[in-house]
Amino acid sequence: MIEVQHLTKRYGPVTAVDDVSFTVERGEILGFLGPNGAGKTTTMRVLTGYMPPTGGKAIVAGYDVFEQPIEAKRRTGYLPETPPLYPDMTVREYLTFVSKIKGVARADRKARVDEMMRKTHISDMANRHCGKLSKGYRQRVGLAQALMHNPEVLILDEPTAGLDPKQIIETRQLIRGLAGDHTIILSTHILPEVSQTCQRVVIINHGKVVAVDTPEKLTSRLRGSETMYLQVDADGADAASVLQRVSGVTRVGVSETRGTAIGFEVDSEAGRDVRRELAAAVVSRGWGLLEMRPMRMSLEEIFLHVTTEEAPATAAAAEEVVQ
Amino acid sequence: MNNILAIAHKELKGYFSTAIGYIVIGMFALLYGWFFYVMLVIFNQQSLQLGGEGGADINQQLIRPLFLNASVILLFVLPLITMRTYSEEKRSGTIELLLTSPLTDVQIILGKFLGAMTLYAAMLAITLIHMVVLFSYTNPRPEWTVSAIGYLGLLLMGGCFISVGLLISSLTKNQIVSGMITFAVFLLLWVINWPASFAGPTTQNVLNYLSITDHFDDFTKGIIDTKHLVYYFSVMAFGLFLTARSVDTERWKG
Repeated sequence: MIEVQHLTKRYGPVTAVDDVSFTVERGEILGFLGPNGAGKTTTMRVLTGYMPPTGGKAIVAGYDVFEQPIEAKRRTGYLPETPPLYPDMTVREYLTFVSKIKGVARADRKARVDEMMRKTHISDMANRHCGKLSKGYRQRVGLAQALMHNPEVLILDEPTAGLDPKQIIETRQLIRGLAGDHTIILSTHILPEVSQTCQRVVIINHGKVVAVDTPEKLTSRLRGSETMYLQVDADGADAASVLQRVSGVTRVGVSETRGTAIGFEVDSEAGRDVRRELAAAVVSRGWGLLEMRPMRMSLEEIFLHVTTEEAPATAAAAEEVVQ
Repeated sequence: MNNILAIAHKELKGYFSTAIGYIVIGMFALLYGWFFYVMLVIFNQQSLQLGGEGGADINQQLIRPLFLNASVILLFVLPLITMRTYSEEKRSGTIELLLTSPLTDVQIILGKFLGAMTLYAAMLAITLIHMVVLFSYTNPRPEWTVSAIGYLGLLLMGGCFISVGLLISSLTKNQIVSGMITFAVFLLLWVINWPASFAGPTTQNVLNYLSITDHFDDFTKGIIDTKHLVYYFSVMAFGLFLTARSVDTERWKG
């Protein structure tokens, strides 16, 4: 549905997006993750036809955004970082204007505007001026705008920025509800949002794609191994060396000690399930197996990992994002 | 075409949802009314002095100077109409909505041009009141064709100013900067041929040709000269073309 091939965008000497390629399947929600200034907005602006790329190409809904911009734009809804509202128009006037320029047929306009206001819960603000709306309502009017012509592709630049927790949950539900009929790219630097809403994640840093995968796979893949947490009461015996000898185990680390109970972090080869062997090793020696559970790297850790791996200087930026 | 009208409608609504539309029309009506009154008084005095019939020509001595004065008011008023067209969209980010909607740049530009032209035409329409008064109380009646041609000239000249104003507005995010530069450029285009009388024959022609207001002079006499029509239409087309280039360049720069 969306195909980005070797996309590059330079502003003078600054390369904002550097050879980015990825694809999004029909009906999928793709999360676009990266620290501020990583090139998320620039990529989205190219995809929406707002600006042409310096190199590479982008195909949206089967149309090259640069060669056939009108056809591509007809099938794309876009919510920019700041919702593009005219402060002197009422919400209804604004959405009616949007319906006109997005090519909604004259006869359907009123119904469509009403439907969008209902869908985004802004019906009670219909006659309020856009300039007088709170941030949360502006964002929702922006979303109504993006959905107006029922586009196949939705591109949302930080759709939940500035919303209160209740609105964030509503917006996420709305977006999840849209998947299937619509193909969605959403950018964010709020990490839980990605694991909650998106089926796939593209992590971008310094204009380059550093990782593309599902949130779950990303977790295990980036570690290159699976990690189990084990709490063993070995009564002072050397449990670590026993665990180390279990086949498939690559590393055993002690994470905490509580009396005679010791917590271990056990890494094993990727794709190999060592839980049975570990349990057998502990139990056969008569020790107590108090706890055993898989450990997952949180998205925060992954994010820090991939964005700091290349250049340590970005650690500060990434940290800011995590907050 | 529907897209152009949608943009034009939005522009026009924008003029009246802020005070700008009312201020521009009100100011213009006030100034024009004042000029009308002053010139009428002067004209009356002249006709009394000359006495009798055929002494004073109302077309030459009242209507023509009135049109020429109107053209000067436009220099001040039209920058107010055009200064926000693009600047405001760029500042508030709404330009992103327009440029990512299925519209061509040309449709957006023509829509904005049409919106500004409609406001301008409404502004001129108010001056028709003066004309109606003039035509109903004078004897013999002034020739209506001369006035009609004068209005055509005003529309065309205003169109040139508006297209230049759109271009300047597309170059900056700041309304004030846009308005100020537009005003300076308009003023320059008005006075550019003032030194023409001292200049050599070639320079003289060039300077006269450049002055937007100079081309208006023949219209006030009731003359439609293709040379002026060509001039006005080419300035408008060129202004709008450059605006399109400017919007496109902005895209590349991001």
